[in-house]
Amino acid sequence: MKKNLIALATAALMVTGAQARTLVINTDDQNPAPKEAFTYAVDTFKAKYPDINVEWNNFDREGYKTRIRNFLTADAPDVATWYPGNRMAPFVDAGLFTDISDLWAAEGLDKEMSSVEATMTRDGKQWMVPYSYYQWGIYYRKDLFDKVGVDVPETWDQLLAASAKLKSNGITPFTIGSKFKWTTGGWFDYLNLRQNGYEFHMDLTAGKVKYTDPRVQATFDRWDELVSNGYFIENHATYNWQEGMAPMVQGDAAMYLIGNFAVAPFKEAGLTEDQLGFFQFPEITPGVPMAEDAPADAFFIPSGAKNVADAKLFIAHIASPEVQTEMNKILGQLPPSSQAQVGDDKFLKAGFDMLSGAYALAQFYDRDAPAAMAKAGMDGFQEYMVKPERREQILKNLDRVVDRVYK
Amino acid sequence: MMLTTQQKRALTPWLFMAPGIVMFLVYVIWPIGQSLRLSFYQWDGLSPPTFIGWENYIELWYDPTFVVALKNNVIWLVLYMLAVPFGLFVALFLNQTVTGIRLVKSLFFFPFVISQVVVGLVFAWFYDPNNGLLNIVIGWFGMDPVSILADEDLVTYGIIAAGLWPQTAYCMILYLTGLNSVSPDVVEAGKIDGARGWSMLWHVVLPQLRPATFIAVVVTVIGALRSFDLIAIMTQGGPYQQSQVLAYYMYENALSEYGYRMGYGSAIATVLFLIMMVYIAGFLYKMYRDEQRS
Repeated sequence: MKKNLIALATAALMVTGAQARTLVINTDDQNPAPKEAFTYAVDTFKAKYPDINVEWNNFDREGYKTRIRNFLTADAPDVATWYPGNRMAPFVDAGLFTDISDLWAAEGLDKEMSSVEATMTRDGKQWMVPYSYYQWGIYYRKDLFDKVGVDVPETWDQLLAASAKLKSNGITPFTIGSKFKWTTGGWFDYLNLRQNGYEFHMDLTAGKVKYTDPRVQATFDRWDELVSNGYFIENHATYNWQEGMAPMVQGDAAMYLIGNFAVAPFKEAGLTEDQLGFFQFPEITPGVPMAEDAPADAFFIPSGAKNVADAKLFIAHIASPEVQTEMNKILGQLPPSSQAQVGDDKFLKAGFDMLSGAYALAQFYDRDAPAAMAKAGMDGFQEYMVKPERREQILKNLDRVVDRVYK
Repeated sequence: MMLTTQQKRALTPWLFMAPGIVMFLVYVIWPIGQSLRLSFYQWDGLSPPTFIGWENYIELWYDPTFVVALKNNVIWLVLYMLAVPFGLFVALFLNQTVTGIRLVKSLFFFPFVISQVVVGLVFAWFYDPNNGLLNIVIGWFGMDPVSILADEDLVTYGIIAAGLWPQTAYCMILYLTGLNSVSPDVVEAGKIDGARGWSMLWHVVLPQLRPATFIAVVVTVIGALRSFDLIAIMTQGGPYQQSQVLAYYMYENALSEYGYRMGYGSAIATVLFLIMMVYIAGFLYKMYRDEQRS
């Protein structure tokens, strides 16, 4: 009997001993490519630190958005994925993230990842380390452009001229699916960034400027030049972003302002490398430096993490140039580390060149603006795209939301 | 201590009801109180809640989406009621003894058995402006395609039409069981007195179906007020919040991706609760009156 007890006690000791080096990782994407990229990161980490017992849970993206609130407060993992910018703000403010500024300094990330440092920062400290980001821009049907005889536009006037020519040839210039409203956020971001510049856009999303401001009105004037001429497909509010690709695949529409994640579905839908092209959103106000939308995905350490030491090892592993290179080759996206290699793909190369020359990087409307503002804003943008005559009323309503959200 | 027989008699019903009362208090009354309390706070579900008094309700008053949701709830309540007469007529039609009628009955009941999510998806495809059956059919009559789910004036009606399909089946089943208990003697007597057709239905059959009608109306009112699944699947309240109803707007504010305004969501829930209370109170009053009578 006594012997058994001792055996039990030793066993318990061994279990707790082993637990000291258990690392729990939660990730949020079950799509094939992201899953493979996470698998790569976890497997190489295990190979590097064989005495750490890694427990990896991969959740689906939508479910994760609710689940993160539960696991951060109740049973926190050691490392988890989330979005930086304003999307991490409520958690940081509630004290649920661990400050990893020391890791940023120790790994030299402030130099290697300087382009995304601002978004990972809140209250002067760094809270997340990105593993991937991607460009936004206009994806277009090269063959349709050639058939109609238009060139890739570099200025707003050229874009309008190209659109007019496409339209007169029976091709709708732009497709979009706005059932889930974030696609309209991309349009607002780019029009505002090109019309008024990065600083103004940041002031607006930080609540320092009203939506009825004449400068925002000017942004909407540009939007009007597309909407009121019928340059967007009809009924776009019925389609989600994937369904919005159909008119372009079928040759009824020529362009789509979207993120690089659309390339894989475009190709799966049957478009070849020769048919599909990419160009930077054209210049609107001459002299305004070109800033781009480039949302990043990142890892963080919850404040409830039990194994912070090994969690930092894992994040350092994720930040290393080799892992960044390989993960993003699998993802078909761009590595945030300047020391990493960009995958051999024309869209990635184009995106990388564009972002390297970018004046500044915005995260995307729903990450730059607080959640309540982003929601009201994107509702308004969608309504505007369907009912442009209601613009004044929509902007006034957004001002009311501004007063509430930023007080 | 010994209880007298009288005391025992007084105590027994409470003892039998105790488990139910405890459950009701813990899972219904307590959460209602909590949510009422929360509606006076601002809370993101993470940081400590701040008391803000009536501010959530004041904001509701000026919130254009709330007005749309309230208006849509009224449209839902009125049009959803169509399920009751529809269900009655389908039940009358099916209440006959023909070979294979059981199979037909179960086919009519089928939409109520399948999930609301499936109903929503089926109707979303049906309405699709490019490939949907609806637009193909109206195309035969030379009409232009309509995109019901993207049109702010049509979207709510489109969703209600989808909701009526399963709800009619539900009312039909209620009436079918009701029709079983219609007394043949009374119908016979009515025939002798010369009642037929509509007057037979109105004066002889319908009065006997009153209990079924009552239940059908109650479940339909509740179904209309808590309409949620179809909106979540078909439009998420869109285009630009025009198909919003209170139940979904509450969810969107409290629990969706850009939400986590628990206080504001609770304020919407409170308004919805008060509206439901009107019906529930009426329902309880009627039950009480019926019991007094019998």
